[in-house]
Amino acid sequence: MTETVSIKTTINGAERSAEVEPRSLLVHFLRDSFGLTGTHIGCETGQCGACTVQLNGEAVKSCMVLAAQADGQNVSTIEGVAPKGTLHPMQQAFWEEHGLQCGYCTPGVIMSSLALLEQNPDPSEEDIRHALEGNICRCTGYHNIVIAVRDAAVRMARGDEPASIR
Amino acid sequence: MHPYPFSYHRPTSIDDALAMLGQFGDTGKLLAGGHSLLPVMKLRLAQPEHLIDITGLSDLSGIRLEGDVISIGALTTHHQLELDAILATSAGLLPEIAHVVGDQQVRNRGTFGGALAHADPAADYPAGVLALDAEIVARGPNGERTIPIDDFFVGFLTTALEPDELLTTIRVPALAANTGCRYEKLQNPASGYAIVGVAAVVTLTADGRVSAVRVGVTGAGDMAYRAQAVEDALIGATPTLDSVKTAAESAVDGIDLLSDIHAPAEYRARVTKNLVRRAVLKAVERACA
Repeated sequence: MTETVSIKTTINGAERSAEVEPRSLLVHFLRDSFGLTGTHIGCETGQCGACTVQLNGEAVKSCMVLAAQADGQNVSTIEGVAPKGTLHPMQQAFWEEHGLQCGYCTPGVIMSSLALLEQNPDPSEEDIRHALEGNICRCTGYHNIVIAVRDAAVRMARGDEPASIR
Repeated sequence: MHPYPFSYHRPTSIDDALAMLGQFGDTGKLLAGGHSLLPVMKLRLAQPEHLIDITGLSDLSGIRLEGDVISIGALTTHHQLELDAILATSAGLLPEIAHVVGDQQVRNRGTFGGALAHADPAADYPAGVLALDAEIVARGPNGERTIPIDDFFVGFLTTALEPDELLTTIRVPALAANTGCRYEKLQNPASGYAIVGVAAVVTLTADGRVSAVRVGVTGAGDMAYRAQAVEDALIGATPTLDSVKTAAESAVDGIDLLSDIHAPAEYRARVTKNLVRRAVLKAVERACA
């Protein structure tokens, strides 16, 4: 089957279009068509959450959404959270609170966490754990991730801007 | 991991979608949130030649209170159910269930109608819609029909929907006064599905007797069911710790229990009885509140 679907979407604020096979998944569309490899492929079966991006501001697993379903929608990936060379307050919090070890799951965790703070700027530990159920970390556990998201909530509430990497 | 190749279609109306379903027959499948369909397609357990993406059909979204019935569009996501204000006051069982479905990303994409049409024997909602005495509204080539929930689940991954029908709406009666409800779940820690899930809805009279009770069970057998022997034992009586415990002993009567590495049949039976007891007691407590 050589059929293709043409897709126009907004990715990190920029309009993008491409022709893809109907069976192309959003994660492949982002990585292969646009080189946005910050979105990682983990399990490809919808279990691990490493490929989490935001679709119209909601966290979704991009291996569980067809690229065709993103047509006309707004997609946000880890590349878009802060200008190049800077860290978003969420990223800064993960760095300072040791919210990652190998970092493979981190882009997904951060996209889920940002979606949470957008809806609930002052989440409890329980709220954070509920929102991150779909993001699996196999290095270390979730203790420092939860601390980092709480820290990010404080930073964002006081209006921290993305800062240069030191 | 890609699914097998297929053609992708985006109908612009329910009628358009029904025409496609009719045209493609066995080779077509409806796509909503895709969180049950895409995994089985990746594993080649399903290889539809045509996917009919209904996510753009706005007629199928939204939650409305119509008199004392809540009308829920099939495309309503788990996340929308979880946060809906109408449901919170009139059918609190559904937000309680939606809160424990899958994970946040699943709740953002997965749909109420899709989950019910898929009828996974371990899904959470089937227990809830049975306990709430919901109705399923479906549209097909011959128009619309309403299916009472007691007739909807007919077997493993099988419902009363015809292949050329589309589930459009779920109707749920608003809870009566002095009614309490509860969903209890033993969750598979890996998949998030219910090993067993029990939903109870209990209405009490002014003097504390049970005037109505419905208990839905998921995960225990190859399809969700009502624990009618439990309901029969409770109706008309004043619920006490002991009487509910005794009634719950009938929770798996006549059921061919599933048995797997997570829970052998004997253990499932014990869990089901315990969750029935807990769910009913909590529903009674809430009915009194």
